[in-house]
Amino acid sequence: MTTLDAKVPEGPIQDKWTNHRFDIKLVNPANKRKYDVIIIGTGLAGASAAATMGELGYNVKVFTYHDSPRRAHSIAAQGGINAAKNYPNDGDSIYRLFYDTVKGGDYRSREANVYRLAEVSNEIIDQCTAQGVPFAREYSGLLDNRSFGGAQVSRTFYARGQTGQQLLLGAYQALARQVGLGNVTLFNRSEMLEVVLHEGRAVGVVVRDLVTGEITSHSAHAVVLATGGYSNVFFLSTNAMACNTTAIWRAYRKGALFSNPCFTQIHPTCIPVHDEFQSKLTLMSESLRNDGRIWVPVDPDETRAANDIPEEERDYYLERIYPSFGNLAPRDVASRAAMRMIDENKGVGPLKNGVYLDFADAIGRLGKDVIEARYGNLFEMYERITDEDPYEVPMRIYPAPHYTMGGLWVDYNLMTTVPGLYAIGEANFSDHGANRLGASALMQGLADGYFVLPYTIADYLADYLNVAPVPTDHEAFQATEEEVRSRIDKLLSINGSRTVDSFHRELGRIMIDECGLARTKSGLEKALRDIPALREEFWKDVKVTGTDDSYNSELAKAARVADFFELAELMCRDALEREESCGGHFRVEHQTEEGEAKRDDINQAHSSAWEWKGLSVPPEHHKEALDFEYVALAQRSYK
Amino acid sequence: MDLTLKVWRQDGPGEPGEFKEYEAKGISADSSFLEMLDFVNERLVEAGEEPIEFDHDCREGICGTCGVMINGHPHGDQKGTATCQLHMRKFNDGDRIVIEPWRATGMPVIRDLIVDRSPLDRIIEAGGYVSVNTGGTPDANLIPIPQMAAESSMDAASCIGCAACIAACPNSAGQLFTSAKLAHLNLLPQGQPERYERTVAMVDKMEEFFGSCTNHAECEEACPKSISIDNIAFMNRDYIAGKFKDRRKAGQS
Ligand SMILES: Cc1cc2nc3c(=O)[nH]c(=O)nc-3n(C[C@H](O)[C@H](O)[C@H](O)COP(=O)(O)OP(=O)(O)OC[C@H]3O[C@@H](n4cnc5c(N)ncnc54)[C@H](O)[C@@H]3O)c2cc1C
Ligand code: FES
Repeated sequence: MTTLDAKVPEGPIQDKWTNHRFDIKLVNPANKRKYDVIIIGTGLAGASAAATMGELGYNVKVFTYHDSPRRAHSIAAQGGINAAKNYPNDGDSIYRLFYDTVKGGDYRSREANVYRLAEVSNEIIDQCTAQGVPFAREYSGLLDNRSFGGAQVSRTFYARGQTGQQLLLGAYQALARQVGLGNVTLFNRSEMLEVVLHEGRAVGVVVRDLVTGEITSHSAHAVVLATGGYSNVFFLSTNAMACNTTAIWRAYRKGALFSNPCFTQIHPTCIPVHDEFQSKLTLMSESLRNDGRIWVPVDPDETRAANDIPEEERDYYLERIYPSFGNLAPRDVASRAAMRMIDENKGVGPLKNGVYLDFADAIGRLGKDVIEARYGNLFEMYERITDEDPYEVPMRIYPAPHYTMGGLWVDYNLMTTVPGLYAIGEANFSDHGANRLGASALMQGLADGYFVLPYTIADYLADYLNVAPVPTDHEAFQATEEEVRSRIDKLLSINGSRTVDSFHRELGRIMIDECGLARTKSGLEKALRDIPALREEFWKDVKVTGTDDSYNSELAKAARVADFFELAELMCRDALEREESCGGHFRVEHQTEEGEAKRDDINQAHSSAWEWKGLSVPPEHHKEALDFEYVALAQRSYK
Repeated sequence: MDLTLKVWRQDGPGEPGEFKEYEAKGISADSSFLEMLDFVNERLVEAGEEPIEFDHDCREGICGTCGVMINGHPHGDQKGTATCQLHMRKFNDGDRIVIEPWRATGMPVIRDLIVDRSPLDRIIEAGGYVSVNTGGTPDANLIPIPQMAAESSMDAASCIGCAACIAACPNSAGQLFTSAKLAHLNLLPQGQPERYERTVAMVDKMEEFFGSCTNHAECEEACPKSISIDNIAFMNRDYIAGKFKDRRKAGQS
């Protein structure tokens, strides 16, 4: 049985990280080149880690299924990145960012990790600025900030509505520099399909070249997964089309524990679904809630156009229910409130599946120019998709799957339960608890990649000085390659009648209905019957065209969807097991009289960590107890 | 709406390719262009045929993965719009749409509509960065940057690296892409120490893959982010300055 030791350092929370860096083992600069490290993924987490490890002198191999590292899904982040700089002098501090993040996560994260995140947040801004990230500035030439949900201070740095793009380009350029210098080897259009273990340690990966179909092994002293989140289990989400769970799922099947899979975030401000052919959902950044006001008509039978509905017949429900945070209530709270409005039949738009996000007041107060400077590209994107001009009529928005707080369980060093296997960025479970605050994912990805992993990995590597990596002709690699090949052969040989997308769509529908914004015992139990049945049908009746020796996107997609099925089951199991409502996990059975999430701190103050036992065998449930020494557990209130 | 598609099909790099016709029937005007292709592809798969391969990912116009020639225009003819942001309501029922991959010697076809854009990574690796290592950087507000400079830099940094500019150019020149990265960095104080080395290294690398610029300005027209060709003039000036060795040593223009 795997035991969970989070390896949280001793001492007061303010000193833990400093003490830890002093206590852990180091690899001296001359020895670093004796180590090979594999990093999967080139999003903010992977690119920053690969660049930094390359600078330090390690031999790094980095893999991405994209054609270029710059295409990682991080590129799409719009709104901003948090840091505790307190430049606006509005009372922010490391402690406040730590506090807000633990509270925002509904008290289901590990305090020590969150504190460290807040601590290194300021360095991230310095680092990115030095790299030439063109953050927004005030007339003085100093950096500008804005506010995000769940905070009463302005601590979000941004680059128009393209913050993720600019941060990723910064990390990508740092990575490109290391590639140019020969410290990092880049493998593009290469998908990792298995982690290879030997004597219980991660010793490499098996990768498929998406252009030629060639399957190869790569060995290293340590493997880092920076492969992003799994929101695409819902089929429709704000994630890029290719985002998937394969890397972490394969690691889970090899023994890494998977933590809190049911903690997923439904983002309140996305463009509502328009029809059944839709392939993905588009986010409208939360930053819009700085200036936009959310409302629905008071009358469920309202038929007038938004601009014709008089003020007194509008319900600005967030401002009404949560006067102190108003339109900036955290995401889980805002999403559920929207859901309630729509359930009460007050939804707007042709399918009555949205709520208004209205800029008329802000445009009146600040002028169209200011709004355009702040959100121009988002308004343009909205108009392209909906054919409506948000400067003239309110936007329509609806909650959509967006981010996954769950992921591989990691200790304070970001190592999974498999020695030598690390998980960083959205791929791990740390830091955000049951709900992530806006602008905190970019912060976490870069904290992990630039400032945490490059130090903590040395503690493991130090023990393997002058130990050669396991060669790729070793039995462990050969056997894993064989597993990968036979799985691909299997997918190509079924030749059934249904497309991969039709299965994925059906899975997504089950997941959004039963494991989405609101979850019930009976619904989850039903999903736990339906998903395995659908999975079995998939393995009997899926149709994958083409061959395995050329570019074949259907094949790649089929392998990813196959893993989504298994993950979906674990998510429902986790949601069923967690008998409370917290953050993004809302169990209808557990709510306050006002319909807010009701936590159970006596029985549920833990992170769940699941251990794979086989396809038709229930996984083993482990728990990491969460101790709150610094932030007092309280009913989260944004009223 | 019902459409006829004429699509370039090619099995692999270096293989001969050809146009094939497909009927796209019952397409929703609210669909995006790529959703239209998804729809056609799903029907192809159901019929046991291999789907049309195309590159795409974010479908929000930001990752730069998508991009095809639509009726002879990179990303279609809606200005400032990437293929994934193009919507079918811009077409008419009964239209015939010709879809091809980017064409440039430096970017060979991988399959159907997918091309190899890795030369763009090579250009960035040659110098498209500020040489700072992680850690030990000064407080971000120690370097005030005039808002105008930050905004101009950001305009150039908005490039999504889709390569439409190269596909649009009669010479397959890489000037707009390269100059956008140079302007992003060379307009900022952080970019000054390496300004001229960077310019020369990136331009020289670019010329290994792509043709010469003869001021057609088709690139600006095709760019989904409306990046200005002024950047090219700025790059050319810095390139000449960079070639004067003494100036480069002095680190000033
Ligand atoms: C639309 C949108 C807007 C957002 N806006 C914000 C925001 O304003 N602020 C904020 O803080 N957060 C935001 N987020 C969240 C944030 O962008 C992500 O959580 C974060 O960027 C994830 O970074 P990452 O490095 O962990 O993963 P990713 O950026 O997803 O990168 C994953 C990488 O792994 C690679 N990969 C994955 N699997 C494999 C495999 N099997 N083999 C090889 N390579 C693989 C991919 O190619 C890619 O390079 C937003 C998210 C979305 C969807
Ligand atoms: S798919 Fe990302 S820009 Fe079009």
